[in-house]
Amino acid sequence: MKILLVDDEEKFVSRLAQRLILRGLEADWATTWDEALSKTEKGKYDIAVLDVKMPFMSGIDLKKKLEKISPDMKFIFVTGHGSEEDYNVGSKEAAFYIMKPFKIETLVEKIKQALEV
Amino acid sequence: MMEFKDIVTRFKPKFWHTETSPFNSQILFNYRRFWLLSIFLRFTISVAPMLIFLIMNLSLARTALQNENYLRTVRLTSNARRTIAYFLEERLDALKFIIQETEFQRLKDPVGLFSILQNLKMGFGGFVDVGLINDSGLQINYAGPFDLAGRNYRDQKWFRECYETGTYISDVFLGYRRLPHLIAAVKGSIQDGSYYLLRATLDITKFTQIVSSLELSEKSDAFLCNREGLLQTPSKYYGGIFERIDLPIPEYSPHSEVAEAIDRAGNPVSIGYAYIEKSPYILMLVKRNQEIMKGWYSLRKEMIWLFWGCTVVTLIVVLSISTFMVNKIYHADQTRLSAMDRLEGTSRLASIGRLAAGVAHEINNPLAVINENAGLIKDLFILKKEYKEDPQLLELIDTILESVERSGEITRELLGFARHFEPKIQPLQLHKVIKEVVSFYKKEALYRNIRINIDVPEDIPVIHSDHGSLQQIFLSLVNNAFQAMKGGCQLDVIAAKQDEKYVTVSIRDNGCGIPEDEQKKIFEPFYSTKSTKGGTGLGLSITYGLVQKLNGDISVHSKIGEGTTFTVRLPINLEGVTPK
Repeated sequence: MKILLVDDEEKFVSRLAQRLILRGLEADWATTWDEALSKTEKGKYDIAVLDVKMPFMSGIDLKKKLEKISPDMKFIFVTGHGSEEDYNVGSKEAAFYIMKPFKIETLVEKIKQALEV
Repeated sequence: MMEFKDIVTRFKPKFWHTETSPFNSQILFNYRRFWLLSIFLRFTISVAPMLIFLIMNLSLARTALQNENYLRTVRLTSNARRTIAYFLEERLDALKFIIQETEFQRLKDPVGLFSILQNLKMGFGGFVDVGLINDSGLQINYAGPFDLAGRNYRDQKWFRECYETGTYISDVFLGYRRLPHLIAAVKGSIQDGSYYLLRATLDITKFTQIVSSLELSEKSDAFLCNREGLLQTPSKYYGGIFERIDLPIPEYSPHSEVAEAIDRAGNPVSIGYAYIEKSPYILMLVKRNQEIMKGWYSLRKEMIWLFWGCTVVTLIVVLSISTFMVNKIYHADQTRLSAMDRLEGTSRLASIGRLAAGVAHEINNPLAVINENAGLIKDLFILKKEYKEDPQLLELIDTILESVERSGEITRELLGFARHFEPKIQPLQLHKVIKEVVSFYKKEALYRNIRINIDVPEDIPVIHSDHGSLQQIFLSLVNNAFQAMKGGCQLDVIAAKQDEKYVTVSIRDNGCGIPEDEQKKIFEPFYSTKSTKGGTGLGLSITYGLVQKLNGDISVHSKIGEGTTFTVRLPINLEGVTPK
């Protein structure tokens, strides 16, 4: 399975990708929305883990764009912001909604659940 | 003295001690001033008309009494004057009749004159003697008890006056018998053209009787005086006969009049007087004003008593009304203030919640960075043999990860305090929810020797609320209670139906209690008394937020050393209650 991680915080997203790879998962990462779009166009991902709050384009809008390119893609939102609105939209639009900081095991488990592995 | 003070304190209205200071701008009124002003205005409005009425009434009564007295005095004086004038006139007319009817020869005859005197005494009374005087002033005939024949009156004033005017009445004088008398004389003419005078001495007893028979009150006086002010009849208060009266002599008037004066003793008096025609006499009726106004004085006394009575009653009524009114305003004000206080507290908690949530949001991201970086280091250590065996390095990383987890917990709790999750409403049985929660603590209670008593009555209704929130609320409160209690204490969880709309659940411990000043702050985030023991200070603020979300409220009652009771009030049907 191929995972795309998108978060504007490079030091977060790159380390997270590395840790997932160490756990035997195929993970790629991007820090901007256009990078994420171009990566999705180039290669097929099974699931994307998106930050809800990012500059220029929110995770929710990005999800809609990614869905057009790759309709079968699954999504998980992560966020440091726990507003009611975010939660309502996030839990409706994506398979899971996880709050930062989280344990890597939690994320792996949710990914597996979302992909029904 | 102390007792009086106690009574005053008891009757002092509640607002009396409310101080108005510049620091307490919440209080709109200076109640004490408002109260005093209210009393003053109401009292003035009530009493002023009464006072005006009193003065007007008294003044009217006084005028009426004075007028009535004036008329009465004038009437009495006038009647008495007429009687006296008639008496004198009658005597003069009798003498005139004798002159007309009797021959001069008979008058000159001592026997004849004696017989005339006898007839006069019989017919009229009061005649003492009669004398005949020729035009040269010589008394040519005399009938009476004294030897006065041959006396010459030529140089006397009365003789000349009678000769000129035809009649004469003298002042009263002490006669030879040392009795007061007066002289009446008329002029007659003989056929040869010469004149003569018929003179009679009159006893004034009749006179005095007329004056003294006037119906007068005790302090009043009636008498005759001549125009020089010498008393002609005896007076009760103003001197003996022939003495000068103490009163001023009123000016001449042809009618009966009333004059005001002050006597020698300083009493104001009203004098009814009349100049009696063809005589030197003035009739005087003297009444003391004090006597006249006696009725008015007693009326005034009565009315002033009545006025004081009314004033006291008015004062009591005004005092009661004003106190009642200002008390009402004071209570309304107090209610408003406490409502504002509560509102302020609620909104302060809400804004602290928003602030806390904002901080939590911002901290979560760097926490995530730390988490992933430390996590990666740990992953790498586990992979590499040389580090895997180093327990110190792994311990250091674990400490970082643990701290991140703890921080994450705090921010999550903070967000939980602020976040409004849509509650999932379902029918719930309170005793089940409470038992679930308490079961978490059963082991700890056993271990610490704490008794748990659950009292949920049978008839408590099924409530419609959010299960998760309720669990969290009760868990937090039971947890708090456990931390406040020592071994051997007791925890009571008591549910009750408050009314048709609400149930209450009280969680009561007999632990250490909360000081009063802390009770106000315990629902604020980060306010913790157990921070040294690792509390976040968020438990109760989250509980508060949850209860609010369930449209309920939470209150605390605590006493140091006796324990604490948290009471949660919840709507029986969450959907039937207007959200806050």
